[in-house]
This record gives sequence, structure tokens and C-alpha cells, in this order.
Amino acid sequence: MNAPTEQPARLTVATCSLAGCFGCHMSFLDVDERIVELAQLVTFDRSPLTDVKHCSERVDVGLIEGGLCNVENVEVLREFRASCRYLVAVGSCAITGGVPAVRNKFTLESCLREAYIDAPGIDNPHIPCDPEIPLLLNKVRPIHEVVRVDYVLPGCPPPAEAFWELLTALIAGREPELAYEHRRFD
Amino acid sequence: MASPLGQSVTLHDIAARHLHARHRLLQMLREVQASRSYVPEEAIQFFAHVLNLPIAHVRGCVEFYSFLHTTPRGQFDVYFSDSVTDRMAGSEIVAKRLADRLGVTLGQPRADGRVTVSMTSCTGHCEQAPAGLANGRVFTRMTEARIEKMASLIEHGVPVSEWPAEWFHVDDGIRERGITLETFIPPGEAIRTALARGLPATLDEVERSGLQGRGGAGFPVGRKWRGAYETKGAHYITCNADEGEPGTFKDRVLLAKYADELFEGMTIAGLLVGAKKGYVYMRGEYEYMMEGLQTVLEERRAAGLLGENICESGLDFDLRIHLGAGAYVCGEQSALLESLEGKRGIPRVRPPSAVKIGLFGQSTINNNVESFVQAAQIAWKGAEWFSDHGETKSRGTKLLSIAGDCQRPGIYELPLGITVREVLARCGGENAKAVQVGGPAGTCVGRDEFDRRVSYADLATGGSIMVFNDLRDMVDVARQFAHFFAHESCGFCTPCRVGTQMLKHYADKIADGQGTQRDLEQVKSIGEFVKGYSHCGLGETAPNTLLDTIKRFPEEYTSRLLAEADFVPDFDLDASVTESRALTGRQDQLDQVHSD
Amino acid sequence: MSETKNTFTLDGQPVVFEAGQTIMNAALAAGHYIPHLCHHREFKPHGSCKVCTVRVNGWLSASCTTPASAGAKVESEAPDIQEARRRIVQMLFIEGNHFCPFCVKSGNCQLQAVAYHLGMEDTSLPHRFPSRAMDASHPDVVLDRDRCINCSLCVRASRDADGKDLFGLSGRGIDTHLVVNSSTGLLKDTNIDANDRAIQVCPTGALLVKRRGYEQPIGERRFDAQAIECEFESKY
Repeated sequence: MNAPTEQPARLTVATCSLAGCFGCHMSFLDVDERIVELAQLVTFDRSPLTDVKHCSERVDVGLIEGGLCNVENVEVLREFRASCRYLVAVGSCAITGGVPAVRNKFTLESCLREAYIDAPGIDNPHIPCDPEIPLLLNKVRPIHEVVRVDYVLPGCPPPAEAFWELLTALIAGREPELAYEHRRFD
Repeated sequence: MASPLGQSVTLHDIAARHLHARHRLLQMLREVQASRSYVPEEAIQFFAHVLNLPIAHVRGCVEFYSFLHTTPRGQFDVYFSDSVTDRMAGSEIVAKRLADRLGVTLGQPRADGRVTVSMTSCTGHCEQAPAGLANGRVFTRMTEARIEKMASLIEHGVPVSEWPAEWFHVDDGIRERGITLETFIPPGEAIRTALARGLPATLDEVERSGLQGRGGAGFPVGRKWRGAYETKGAHYITCNADEGEPGTFKDRVLLAKYADELFEGMTIAGLLVGAKKGYVYMRGEYEYMMEGLQTVLEERRAAGLLGENICESGLDFDLRIHLGAGAYVCGEQSALLESLEGKRGIPRVRPPSAVKIGLFGQSTINNNVESFVQAAQIAWKGAEWFSDHGETKSRGTKLLSIAGDCQRPGIYELPLGITVREVLARCGGENAKAVQVGGPAGTCVGRDEFDRRVSYADLATGGSIMVFNDLRDMVDVARQFAHFFAHESCGFCTPCRVGTQMLKHYADKIADGQGTQRDLEQVKSIGEFVKGYSHCGLGETAPNTLLDTIKRFPEEYTSRLLAEADFVPDFDLDASVTESRALTGRQDQLDQVHSD
Repeated sequence: MSETKNTFTLDGQPVVFEAGQTIMNAALAAGHYIPHLCHHREFKPHGSCKVCTVRVNGWLSASCTTPASAGAKVESEAPDIQEARRRIVQMLFIEGNHFCPFCVKSGNCQLQAVAYHLGMEDTSLPHRFPSRAMDASHPDVVLDRDRCINCSLCVRASRDADGKDLFGLSGRGIDTHLVVNSSTGLLKDTNIDANDRAIQVCPTGALLVKRRGYEQPIGERRFDAQAIECEFESKY
């Protein structure tokens, strides 16, 4: 067997999740066997798929799902943004705040009271304040309010075809164009 | 507000005094507000019932106007004028001082119900700033010393009517008189002259004079009158005395000292088109002039100048004065008509114009106070008396209200076509670096444009001239105007309703030193969008000062931008964990806001 | 030619109109879609959302309220206009709380469909995340004001089609909101019915019939396979 020839223009791709459900990552994997093809075209960098925790110095495409719930999300997003040439906001949570942002209708205090103090069956009711737990933001935010975003993949989750189109377009050096049925907000 | 009504006035009394007329709903609600410090739910239900209006209509009206409230205000309800020039004279400082002394948060009634201290849009007394309203009465020249006294009077529950009279003194503010301010018409003389000449011939005279709408838009008054004259059916005459453009206060002096001339002009228009009724729509802030105006109306009725068979002409015409309740948009002609009909002040769809379908669906002549005054003078003195002044495309003189960084703020009557430089020389504003002509909705010009002319062909204005010297921060001026429009947008159309909020957001971000070049581009792009896609003149002009100052004072913006930053968050990250810190008792610091 | 007497051009295509017709209604009748949200053929035009703005002889104007005029040159799909329309829809999204993934109207929602039509993929502006009162008091109908875009279609439909006059707009500026015309301000004290036209015409998920959600599977909903313009255009 011949070793694959190294292509100098091989793109590096990183993925990351903030306040989301990893559903976007799962949908990405729905490209199924094409992941093999993709692996020949790109190098995966930081990602739960590779278990690499931080980006290499420079990544070409960074896919990020989830919105900003807490200060850790903000730090991760900023580090990720700084490493990526193109940042792609993936899915409803990254683009609009999504399901976690439903709490924005309520004060943070009422949310925490409901969860940790008033709910039935709680031992030692108190609002957790372990320094290991990142502070929550007053409101959940979409990522475009904190960093520059280059591309978006709408959807909850975006269909595998949308991931495929975005990555193959960037590999080919053209602007991605999502077909009508792949450009969904739900 | 300043009305003598007490709590004892029943809702029945109020409805009865207004003859259960639906279009007087706003007037009724104002009286409820004045006597009860708010419009209780009970009143909403009551008026809906007795006027046979949907509850949603009455509620909609209450929730639209700034001076109507659904929850109690303080027994003392104090507003400070929030115009840029009032701020320059210290309005914010005196307002905060009063709030501190009384232990209240701005805009919120004190727990014991004693007092509310708030800011309100320009009250039209800029040359006597800081100005404001105490239970509806206008006060001027507020000082920190007076604030100390005011706080004590409020704490002791002394009624506003017993406060020192000099606080409520309003100067007429006239600095320079021209043909209009020098011409007092003996009551009835202009009407008699018009009737003697013939009403159609008087219309020719008004047309020939070249008089253009003095509210700022400059539509030829004669052409408007002719349009109504040639429209069949019933007619109304309405006068826009809403004077809400920040920095404009010239109609104030006309209403105070030239009411006869105003009513004479409206009457001539009424007789011409066969209108039976006219309305003056006066901003709520000018309520203190109501009594004087009613007296003039009574005198004119007694003299046969209003009512039936005016000056033996066989024609009838009468006038009523309606008060606004704190809504800048009601200065827009069609919003004014909606408000006169007792509705929310939402600008109508055009066409049709008000001349075709105006008040109560009838042909309506709506003009500014100054336009009617000058029309009456033209009817009396002839077209040339007027058209000999001004320049070819902008005839006559114009009343200008000048405030800000000048030695002699006040009202100046000057020929149209005068340069900004000359205006500045007269008011002692030679040190100006910028002049805002026409209020926040107008144009901001810098030093190299001071040879431009105040006229309909160049810098149009309804009268507002604001002067800014080198010490003024134009980014902050533009930010304040952005706040003004966001507050005053009626909310009807998306571009203005949301767009003015976005402009406010980015103006704040930039003024607070958190803006980037990207944010500046957003202001330009959203600004052009709001101008192009809004429903009425409010949105079409709301971005003007931001766009003008970005163009004319770019260095004031660029020096504020975070030059190195590509992107700065749209909200204050550190402030966004305050709730979390308070709930957990932790003091974690977020990294300083930085670029990515 | 006599035809020019009652014809204007829409992006170069001739459109015949009847006297008194608006540009919008003439265009729709002729099978040309102009995106819109506050407009509905059955009701008096309102002209507030401004999504339907076109350029008429060089002047921007809402096509739903602008009378058609002979020989007018109307531009609808110019890039700058489409850009502005996208921005309007983005503004409507960030003004309220429009969470498509868990809204029962998703797939049948005109706000969403117009966004798709205009190629909108994200909101790009800072979200306001308002907290507006929800009215779930009625046994059959729910009003979620967070999804209301102040289009007033329910106001008009309730008044003009249902003959009930159950709604109105209140407040000012960004605080503009829908109010219910009852003594308590709640739907439970109205005679609203699940079959009212007012509910059917809501272009978003603001007014919904209870217990009637997710009836069609994803893929079979109104705008899943077919874009909104297909419902209007004769070419489809």
C-alpha cells in the first residue's frame, strides 16, 4: 500500500462545543462514510473527535456549536477564535443562544433558586459556589456578540449535508452555498 | 397636571365635560393623570365603556404617551428637560442632585409615593435652561441652590402653587425682531381685509408671498390651501403647535404673545375653505399657556371673530385647543391628526395627503403656528410685505430658536438665506465648532460650512439652532440624539422601531470607548438603512446627526475607537456576571475586554 | 399601446393592474411574489413591517400601500433592497424571542419562510431577549408575545373577518405590544375561538391553538420542501 501523498494545502479543521448538546457534532458525523474521504482532505485538530484539548497554533476552519452560558464558554470561544482563520457558528445555540437562552426570560436568581433551593427533594439547599464552577452570565448569548464570525451553519442541528457543503467548498476555495432544504432554523 | 382638578373630580365629570366625545379621549386621560397621578385601570375600563371604545384602544392610548402612566407617580412629579442644550446648562446635575436629596431613583416613584424625578424630552425652554416641569408647571433656570429648596418644599408637602414664583418665570426670549414679531394685527383686521379683498384673492396673495411651511418641511402654504380649497366636502383647519423638535422654542413666544395673529390665520384659512372647526394641537409641556389662550379665544368669540357669522361674512368658524401628552412623533402631521382623534400618534400611510383625507377623514389644512401667524400678516399687509424679504427660493423671515454655546441665546427673526456665520455673529456664537440646524432631525455643520445658508434650498429648519463650541464632544451629542429617537420612535415600522434601538446601542458602545471600526461601519450602514426604509419623517431623519458627525468630525470618532481591536463584545462582559457574583458571593474577575 | 395605460414593470416584467390596486396586490394577482409579513390579501394594508419595500421610479416605498401607477418602474429584487429586507427580518428576530427549534409553528411560519426566501442565515445583530407577558389563560388559544412581530394582522382579522375586535397594539417604540381587548386583558375573558381567522393569519407562532402542535412530521410541513414564493408565483 502506498502512503497517501502529503498535500501542502491540506486544511486543518477544529471543532468545539460551548453551551450546546453536541447534537451538531453528532449531525456532522452523519456524513457517514464520507468522513473517510474528509479525513484524506483535511487534518482534524482540536475536537472531541480527536480528544485534542487545545488548537494548534493556526487552524484553518473552526466549527463551534453552542451559545455562551458562562465565563468559561467565553474564554474557550475567544481562545478558539484566536486560533482559527475561519470561525463557523454551528447550529441554533451558537447563532441565537438556542434552547439554553430560554432562561433569558427569567432572572438568573429565579433560575438558580428554582434549581437549587425551591425544587422539591433537595438536601442542603444552596446556590453552588465552588470556584471550579464557572460563573454564569446574566443572559445566554449567541457567539456573534462576543467574537467575529465568518460563516454560519443554521439548524438544530444543521444537516450533515450542510457540513459537507461548507467544508468541501472551503477546501475547494469557493464560497459555500447551502441548498434550500439544508438551510433550516430547526 | 397643573390643572386645578382635585382627586374629587369624578370620571363621570371628566367624560361629561368633554361631551363624551371619543376624539377627546386623550384630553380626558390627561385630566385623570393630573388628578390621580396616574390613569388607573378603573379609568381605562370606564372610558372604554362610556365612549363605547374597545378597552384595547383606551389602553393603547394610555401606554403610548409619555405623560400618561398606568402606575402611580409621586404626589410631586418633577421632570427635567433632557435636551442636549439643557444638559450643557447642567440639567443632569440638578436632576441627580434633586434625586439624591430626595432619595429616589430617576424615573421611579419614591416608596412613600411622595415624589418622582425623571428626565423628559426637550421641554422647549432651552435658552432658559435647565428647565423642566413640576406637576405640569414649567420651571426655568434651575440651579443647585434652588434644588436644595425644592427638595425641602417637596419633603414638607408644599404644593407647587406655593413654590417661589420666580422659578416659573418664562422670558419671551426675543432677541431680534423682524417683520413678523413687529407686526401686531388689531383683532379682526386681517380677517376683514381678507373678506374685503375676497377670500380667493387672499389665497392668491398667500400663494404670491411664497410663504413655505415654517415647521421645517417648507411645503408652500398657498399650494396647500389651494389644494384644500379645491377639494369638495367638509374641511378642518389644524395647527401644529407640538413644537417637539429639541432646541425649538419659537412657537412658544408666538403662542404666548401672538395668539391673535395665530387665530386670525387659522380663521382666514377656515373661511376660505369653508371649515367650521379648527384645532390647535399644543404640546403638553405648554399647558401653562392654556389659560391665556382660552382668554384670547373668549375675547375673539365676544368680538364676533370666532363663532357664527364671523365679521358679518355669513360664515362660521370656531377653534379648540387640544393638548398633547409627551410624544415627539405627534409633530408629524398625520400622527398629529391621529392624536387629535384621540388615538395613539401613529403616522398614517401616505398617500392620501391630509389635504385630501385629514382629520376625521375630511380635507384638512394643517400648518405650523408660525405659518398661520405669517399667513394672517400677509392677508393683512399683502404679499410683497413678506416676499421682499428672504431669498428667491425661500421668501420672508424665519423665527430661529438659538441655544447652546452662545452669549445671547434666544429667539431671532432673521431673513431666510442668512448664513450660519451671520447667525452666529448675532447670537455671540463665534467660537462654535459645530452648529446643529433643524434639531436632531436636521443637519450638523462644521466650521468649513458656516457659509451655508439657513433656507429651504440649503439648511432647512423648523427653527432649532444649537451651537457647540470646541469643548463639546460631538460623539456624545450624537449619542444623546440617538437616545432621543429611540425613545420617541412610535414603534409602527420595523426599521425605525428596531433600527433606532440599534443606533442607540452602537452609539453608546462607541461613546463609551468600546467601539471598533466595525461598529462605526455598522452605524453608517444601519443609519442609511433606517433613513431609507422608515415609514415617516422621524425614522427618515433619526440617523442624521450620527451620520453627519461621523462625516464632519471623523477624528472625534476614530480617537474613541479601539484601534487595535478587530472585535469587541456587544455587551459589557464584566457587568454580565454581576448577578452571578452576587448570588455566589464570588469575586472572580473576567479578563479585561480584549480583541480576539 | 393601450396596455401601457394600466401596466407597470416589476423588475422589468410588465404587470397589469386594475384601478385602485396596490403594487403588492397587482403583483400577487399576476403571480409575482414580493416578500411580505404584515400584508394579507384579505385585509386592509398596514404598511408597517416594510419587508415589501420596493423602489418605485427611484423612491423606496412599501408596495402593500403604494398604489400602482401606469408606466411606473418598480424594482423589487435589486441587491440593495434584498439586503435591506434581510436586515428587517433579522431585526424582527432579534427584537423578540424566535427560537425556531422548539416552536410548534416552525416549518409553517411565515417569518421563518421569508427569512429562508431572503437567504438569511443568522441574525448578526445583538439580541434583545425581551421578557414579554405570555397569555395562556384561555383553554384553547395561547398568545406568546415573545414571538409577536407587531404586524397587526390578528387585529385586522379579528375586527374585519371575525367581527370580534379582540386585539390592539399598545405601548410605544420598542415597547409596542399586542393587547387583548378584554377587561382583564386576558384571552380567557374573550370569545376567541380556535377557528378564528385572527389565529390563522398570524405569520409567526405568537397566536396558537393549544394541543395542536407538531402535527406534520419534519419534511412535510408547509415550507419544508417548497419555498414561500412558490405559493404565490405563477411559474411554479
